[in-house]
Amino acid sequence: MTTATERKGLQATKQMRGVMGKYFAELAAGPEQGKKTAWCTSVGPAELLRSMGFNVYFPENHGAMLGATRMATDLIPEANARGFSPDICSYLTSDIGSYLKGETPLQKMGMEGPPKADVLIFNTNQCRDVKDWFQFYAREWDVPCLGVHTPRSIGDVDGPIVDDLALQTEALVEPLEELGGCKFDIDKLREVIILSRECTDLWKAILDTAASVPAPITFFDDTIQMGPAVVLRGTQDAVDYYKILLAELEQRAADGIGAIEDEKFRIYWEGMPVWGKLRDLSTQFMELKTAVVASTYCNSWIYEDLDPAEPFKGMARAYCRLFICRSEDRKEKYMEEMAAKYKVDGILYHDAKTCPNNSNNRYQMPQRLEAKLGLPHLVINGDLNDMRLYSEEQTRTNIEAFVEQLAER
Amino acid sequence: MQYFCGIDIGASTAKLVIVDENGDVAARSMQRSGVDYTGVARENLDEALAAADLAEDDVSYSVSTGYGRDNVPWSDESMTEIACHGKGAWFNFRRQITVIDIGAQDSKVIHLDDKGRRTSFKMNRKCAAGTGSFLEEIALRLALPASELNGLAEQSTKDVTLGSFCTVFTATEILAKIRAGEKVEDIAKGAFRSIVKRVSEMDTIDGELVMTGGVVAHNPLLVSLVGEFYGRTALVPPDPQYTGAFGAALFAMEKGAKTC
Ligand code: SF4
Repeated sequence: MTTATERKGLQATKQMRGVMGKYFAELAAGPEQGKKTAWCTSVGPAELLRSMGFNVYFPENHGAMLGATRMATDLIPEANARGFSPDICSYLTSDIGSYLKGETPLQKMGMEGPPKADVLIFNTNQCRDVKDWFQFYAREWDVPCLGVHTPRSIGDVDGPIVDDLALQTEALVEPLEELGGCKFDIDKLREVIILSRECTDLWKAILDTAASVPAPITFFDDTIQMGPAVVLRGTQDAVDYYKILLAELEQRAADGIGAIEDEKFRIYWEGMPVWGKLRDLSTQFMELKTAVVASTYCNSWIYEDLDPAEPFKGMARAYCRLFICRSEDRKEKYMEEMAAKYKVDGILYHDAKTCPNNSNNRYQMPQRLEAKLGLPHLVINGDLNDMRLYSEEQTRTNIEAFVEQLAER
Repeated sequence: MQYFCGIDIGASTAKLVIVDENGDVAARSMQRSGVDYTGVARENLDEALAAADLAEDDVSYSVSTGYGRDNVPWSDESMTEIACHGKGAWFNFRRQITVIDIGAQDSKVIHLDDKGRRTSFKMNRKCAAGTGSFLEEIALRLALPASELNGLAEQSTKDVTLGSFCTVFTATEILAKIRAGEKVEDIAKGAFRSIVKRVSEMDTIDGELVMTGGVVAHNPLLVSLVGEFYGRTALVPPDPQYTGAFGAALFAMEKGAKTC
């Protein structure tokens, strides 16, 4: 029988709450201060929007909040009933359900709800759903929905693709100026890109600390700590916060302090978090003395291509080098490198029913990697937000049995 | 003599096995799981102890498994049913095997190497397809007790295919077959074939094929259909519904022997 172990919280987290609180307060105050709000996909051209003076809001972050608070379960059916299938992105259905029902966790933070968009900017590098999602609001509010159409299943991040994406991004400048953003200033964009790059480098260094044995931080903490990397990249606040967090983690690593007491096994998490079950899963892994040391998901906010010398091309490269829009062979190579770097004992794949884009067990990758690396794998069936698609008992037993198997090796 | 106990509280029945220090079965007991797992575990234990004329103190170590594994206050440890079914099955054959376990609520495919180490496993996804619950639903549709399905299906002379992934949709398919005048025995055999299909979709098979679980114990036709599908004999250990509990008892023997 397993015994409960104490969870080792990070001291920096309190300050992160302050940073995130300030971000939401600024969003809420935007209209009063005469600032325009741009909605942006999480891996969209946020740097450009920020440089042009927009307040930038990321609805996927709201989607994750709806999942983590488990409000999603009551909200998704609202969207389903209006024609958004239960089989499509449950961030989309949760978020639209939240809008339709007028219920959001932001109300607890003193906001009425998400800030109304003056413009919606997507990048299809992650999926088509983001565009469909944004177009719903564009119809509701009669505001423009613009974006970058990135191809999928990219092999080499080569010249023609980068040129095209850079041009598409540059083409957003004119309409954004017309919509009341500031006049475009390339030097301002360079400044934002420098900050964004700094944020990304710090975030990478933070995730890299988990390569130490024992790992000072796990995937479950990462999913919380990544907030600033998603919504505040390109700002000084994100950089300042991550410096504090990195120092704490480097100290932990130097002192040999693991996030999991008596770490026995190390696992890689492929796929989306199960937002509604983060706590339960984190507790189960802690009891099994197993550290989930790395994930594709949290590593998706690392953009080493961002380059102030080539602002548009750098953004283009960064936002198409992403794991999610790469071809299967490139994904496989990436996973191989990650497994070695983080010294993992096995790989867990989360097959999220409503996000095929982030479910990488579906084209035989687990079998290929297991044969190549000799690392066992486990697939759990679930979802990011829709807990109707999650079986508690099945998942619990699968994870427990997987760790038993690791122990037998 | 030392004794070791394994208890497997499944979705439908709770099985208990006591083995002696040679791994020979000293006593067994089976009850319906019901809703009080702790109570049923106690009844199981008392019944087996009485049958073997043992006192509780004679049992050196106990391992619980199955859905109710964490509801057995007197067990020393819990392990998953994946581990225990694999262990129990391998003990009988001692070579590379793939175990197909079909229980009331889930089915599993477990791969073990020639040393008995588990190399991989799969559990069915969330649905009842390919499990005992599926057969119960089908029996209900055909207005028969589930225990009669096997005998009836053995009389089948014609292939009737039930193709859906979903148990409820399969029940609807059955209504259509009845309307089309298909015979009950042919539909019943179609239901067994559907289980074979659902299970075969889960994973591949290495080494010899072994089947365990309550559904296997009560439905020999399923064993021959699985064998037919894979083109090899499906081996069945003695008392396949007790394999999980037996495996748990073997784990108890290993762990208890170490700690004593
Ligand atoms: S990548 Fe998946 S979770 Fe993210 S917006 Fe697209 S469909 Fe939704």
